[in-house]
Amino acid sequence: MKNLEQFTRRKNLVIGAIVTVVMVIIAIFAPLIAPYDPIYDADLMVAEEPPSLSYIFGTDDQGRDIFSRVVYGARISLSVGLISQLMNSIIGITLGLLAGYFGKWVDDLIMGLTNIMLSIPSIIFALAIMALLGPGLINVFIALGFTNWSYTCRITRSQALYTKNLNYVNASRALSYSEVNIMFTQILPNIVGPILVIATLGISGAILIEASLSFLGLGTQPPTPSWGGMLATAREQLFTAPWISIFPGMFIFLTVLGLNLLGDGLRDLLDPHTSQRK
Amino acid sequence: MLAYFIRRTLQFIPTIIGVTLIIFLLLNVLPGNAALMAGGRKELTAQAIEELKEKWGLHHPIHVRYAKYMIGLTKGDMGVSYLRDEPVSDVIGARIWPTLRLSMYAMIIAVGIGIPLGFYSAVKQGTWLDSLSMVGAVSGVSFPQFWLGLLLMYFLCVKAQLFPVTGYGEGAFSNIVLPAITLGLGYMALLARTTRAAVLEILTEDYIRTARSKGISEFLIYNKHVLRNAMILILTTAGLQFGSMIGQTVVIEKLFSWPGIGSLVVDSIFQRDTPITQGCIIIIIFVFLVVNLLVDLTYSVIDPRIKYQ
Repeated sequence: MKNLEQFTRRKNLVIGAIVTVVMVIIAIFAPLIAPYDPIYDADLMVAEEPPSLSYIFGTDDQGRDIFSRVVYGARISLSVGLISQLMNSIIGITLGLLAGYFGKWVDDLIMGLTNIMLSIPSIIFALAIMALLGPGLINVFIALGFTNWSYTCRITRSQALYTKNLNYVNASRALSYSEVNIMFTQILPNIVGPILVIATLGISGAILIEASLSFLGLGTQPPTPSWGGMLATAREQLFTAPWISIFPGMFIFLTVLGLNLLGDGLRDLLDPHTSQRK
Repeated sequence: MLAYFIRRTLQFIPTIIGVTLIIFLLLNVLPGNAALMAGGRKELTAQAIEELKEKWGLHHPIHVRYAKYMIGLTKGDMGVSYLRDEPVSDVIGARIWPTLRLSMYAMIIAVGIGIPLGFYSAVKQGTWLDSLSMVGAVSGVSFPQFWLGLLLMYFLCVKAQLFPVTGYGEGAFSNIVLPAITLGLGYMALLARTTRAAVLEILTEDYIRTARSKGISEFLIYNKHVLRNAMILILTTAGLQFGSMIGQTVVIEKLFSWPGIGSLVVDSIFQRDTPITQGCIIIIIFVFLVVNLLVDLTYSVIDPRIKYQ
């Protein structure tokens, strides 16, 4: 009974975690799960077949199995999300610690930059970088990995500002710890929670933007299977083969939903204020 | 009040300079030659390239070009399109109204439904209606908008044949319905979530308990105390997230073949027409910044305490 109660209180966290883990498993074991090769098993004799027992999600205009392509697409989406968010977290944490810990002109400079980054919508920033570098998957990593660190930076900075004069930090200073050591071993552990929440939501945001860029033709290039890219030509096939539009979009939706629920759940878990109120 | 307005507006200027500098550097970091070559003009002779560079001012060093661009910008001059030989401001001017119109409709849907829905959920906290609308809200935030657009197209255009599939249709109302819903739904879900959280937060405040103990009717408590205080939190999110909505116009316009700034910027990236790309991006960011400035100024009207800070 107690477990059930805990489950309902934490259902965001549990459902989000389950969906996310399933997606990660699909991505890792894609070659075992997919019945066909996502690129080379193209057979024009079976182009635009509706879902059936041999092709459970149907086939696309080149006769490739949509289920296999969706399964392999998980690899692209999740790696874009994870790697770009990892880059953002590293940039945000480093800049935030520097700004909060050293203050003065370092702080002014970094906060000025952060405010500018916040005033450029992330997809627009990504578009500007794609305009510079040209379409392609590697460029998507760069476009997303350098543009979404401002929230992490802000949180890290305010926590560093608050912590740097607390007794235990003064104590480690008296023990002649180096500045870098203090930043990473004394201050950083305090902010892991909020940073984790931002990172989870950041991964889902990055997945959505990668899908949008690939949908526009600027991201992952065909024939590499990516969820957004699979939807790029779907509009033209809406009349003849609507299933092409349905399944890749559903996987983007489920993955993003799972990560958003996980992020919300983590926030509730880590912030006693909100969980008490519930 | 006026002093506060002026101070906030002046703080706006360094942001504009910073943003344009970053965008300008990003789009102009390639040397002039490379920019022209990439523009598919490989057949040009060396002399023709020099002439074109002269014509577009690409022979200046980058800081001079930025200064010239900024001076032009204050006069509404955004340079000349590489591809069309027309002033960028004319090209953008012809496309801006459809985008603004689309954003306005989406905004009306989002604010008109999202805020009442969130408020209602908070008031009915814990009931099945609350759960249902919050499940809807979290799904709405996670929906890839172009997928939503595709689904709406399929069910409402292909199956039910209620609306035209794509195009501007000379500004006909039936053409804007689907793109506006597609663009507005995610934003609506977000506003509903924010509103619910804000209202729930305020209901725990001391002044609400005081108001209740004074015997003020629930109607007045919600309308005067809760709504007004919640509005500040809601407006902040609304302003910040307006950026992601206006960013999404890029995708929605492409999907619905909508002749706005969003589809223009994507086309110009493929055509390597940098002046157009730059102009569109700066205009989009400018609209976003103006909206946030307006939000900031509205704070002081809603909450008089703010302007003294």
